[in-house]
Amino acid sequence: MSRFTIPLVLFALLVVVLAIGIKQSPDKDLIPSPLIGKAAPEFSLPNLIDPGQRVSSATLRGHWYLFNVWGTWCGSCRMEHSMLLKIKQSGVIPLVGLDWKDDDGDALSFLKKEGDPYQTIAVDHDGSEAIMWGVYGAPETFLVNPQGIVVYKFIGPITEQAWEQQILPRLPMGQMPAAAARS
Amino acid sequence: MRARAASFLIAALAATLLLGFSRAWAIAPEQMPTPQLEARYLALIHGFRCMQCQDESLADSPVNLAADMRRQVRDMLLAGKTDQQIRDFMVSRYGYFILFKPPFVLKTAWLWLTPGVLLLVGVIAALTVIRRRAALVAKDLEDNDLTDA
Repeated sequence: MSRFTIPLVLFALLVVVLAIGIKQSPDKDLIPSPLIGKAAPEFSLPNLIDPGQRVSSATLRGHWYLFNVWGTWCGSCRMEHSMLLKIKQSGVIPLVGLDWKDDDGDALSFLKKEGDPYQTIAVDHDGSEAIMWGVYGAPETFLVNPQGIVVYKFIGPITEQAWEQQILPRLPMGQMPAAAARS
Repeated sequence: MRARAASFLIAALAATLLLGFSRAWAIAPEQMPTPQLEARYLALIHGFRCMQCQDESLADSPVNLAADMRRQVRDMLLAGKTDQQIRDFMVSRYGYFILFKPPFVLKTAWLWLTPGVLLLVGVIAALTVIRRRAALVAKDLEDNDLTDA
């Protein structure tokens, strides 16, 4: 054993540790969700568009949906909005909105002006539902399967690239516009 | 007329009392009804990370989300949940990252064990060096003895 063996091994270890750190640094702010692979939270919340109705997780069972947490106060959500409209247009998967700590009037006038990409929008005035989903910033989007299991979480505004590379591949091949248009 | 005035007075008195009571019973945003609950509440929120600011605890963070999460802790305490139940709930939503003191599980084992391992390596290295030096000195003395002789 040469006298350089131990320092060399230590140096190699250090390189490995630092390399892992550098490789993960762009994702430093993305905290993995413990909900992935688990049942999405059950909820029954006021409906933004139709205040007499409620949005409940039970009625969402049976088909894929994207659960999108947003608010008119959130700049990145406004950035994301055009992409959400595109997703709606594609008819691949319905969007269920969670209007997080927002003013109902602001939300309604925003959607009227910019277009409404959602199949239905639940309202979370006090922020307690967002905590159930482990939300720590908007926008956040959860992909939920027909069994009500969270398959994937996307943090930040959905981009064209994220839609094509992260979300679409996780959907079953048979996910056709006709299947998703049903609401 | 008199009876009316009297009933009005009684109503006013009742209203004042009620108001006073509701004031007394209402829980101020950062206050718990008993000192025991207050102590548990403070201990809990100091142990949770603010998910938005990350280097601050829920107790220290001024952001809205931290206030919502403090309210969640408070509500669960008032509902009679144990500290462990509240911690488990937070971990089930936000992951171990939310705990400033992560638990000892397989995923975090290296975090807890590395300092001990490093300390052990240091002690062994120090002992080796000290022994070698001591041996050298001893040998030196021996050599000196020989030359003197």
